[in-house]
Amino acid sequence: MKTDALIDDLAGRGTAVSAGRAARILGLGAGGGALVSFVAMVLWLGIRPDMADAMATSAYWMKFFYTLLFAAAGFWTIDRLARPGTSSRRQMILEALPFAAIALLALVRLALVPAAMRMPMAMGHSSHVCPLRIAILALPVFAGTFWSLRKLAPTRPVISGLAAGLAAGALGAFIYAFHCDESAAAFVALWYTLGIGLVGLAGALLGRFLLRW
Amino acid sequence: MSEAEPRLKALMVAALGGDQAAYRALLAALAPHLRAYFGRRTGPADAEDLVQETLIAIHTKRATYDPALPFTAWLHAIARYKLIDHFRRMKLRRTLPIEEAESVLADSDAESVAARRDVERLLAMLPEKKRALVRQVKIEGLSIAEAAARSGISESAVKVGVHRALKALSAMIGRDA
Repeated sequence: MKTDALIDDLAGRGTAVSAGRAARILGLGAGGGALVSFVAMVLWLGIRPDMADAMATSAYWMKFFYTLLFAAAGFWTIDRLARPGTSSRRQMILEALPFAAIALLALVRLALVPAAMRMPMAMGHSSHVCPLRIAILALPVFAGTFWSLRKLAPTRPVISGLAAGLAAGALGAFIYAFHCDESAAAFVALWYTLGIGLVGLAGALLGRFLLRW
Repeated sequence: MSEAEPRLKALMVAALGGDQAAYRALLAALAPHLRAYFGRRTGPADAEDLVQETLIAIHTKRATYDPALPFTAWLHAIARYKLIDHFRRMKLRRTLPIEEAESVLADSDAESVAARRDVERLLAMLPEKKRALVRQVKIEGLSIAEAAARSGISESAVKVGVHRALKALSAMIGRDA
């Protein structure tokens, strides 16, 4: 086709685009995925029975805010990466802050307990299932986020895939925290982060192939 | 493109609002810029393909433009992405034709050499006179009259000789197989 004819054709299909459409696509993908993940968590693992008591503890809110802030910064990063010609460095730095905070908190807590307590504190009672469960619960969010990104325009496929994986992992971890009754910062810093990191790795690997347009 | 930024941005914002005339003006204004951008970096034929691909990407991805940000940066990032994508595909494609061309030539050469060797081997099994006739008529491409003149025999003798020689040859091939 001649370029002039193409321009005529495209101009004829130039319908109005509302300002928030890109953000809505991302919200739909991530939000839809999160909804599926939450239902899967309730049916598969169940919300922890002591939820009401747990909400009175700082350990619960530590997990809640670590994962929620990580996910929020993650999706902000993705929103930038999905738009050509924008820088996402500040968002990436912001994304590292929740981890820095929880790692610091974990180190302080570990330093304050007797040496013999440190290992049990870090390992908890569910470290063998925690990262994998987080990764599984992250899958619907992961799929939804990739669906969104394919509709948008990420110009850096590997980085965008990594960011999508980390954000999905963080949201999966947020949802898993409704079930998980671990309360040590060291446990969360290690095993939650490992689960999130696994999903991030998968995102980087798949982004290279799936985020092409 | 920087002095064009305010004008292009205004057209883009209007286009996102559904103004198709502005949209057409925008795309028409971008085409020469893109042609020059890609032309400096690829051949002219590839450049035109890339111009079209980029225009299509501008269309399908236009929701990702944030009017709070510079239009030129958005456009450049898309054009650059399409260029990188093009080079990536070229790298894959570039190695293929060379390999293919070589292997095709190698195949046809080997085949014709082998065929010629087979013909020579078969001809060698014919009596000398018949071999000369077949060579002249069927391989060198002389007419019956020319072959007759060269061998000093009648045209019908040439025809009969060639016919019998070919019959003998096909019998030999049949036996070989």
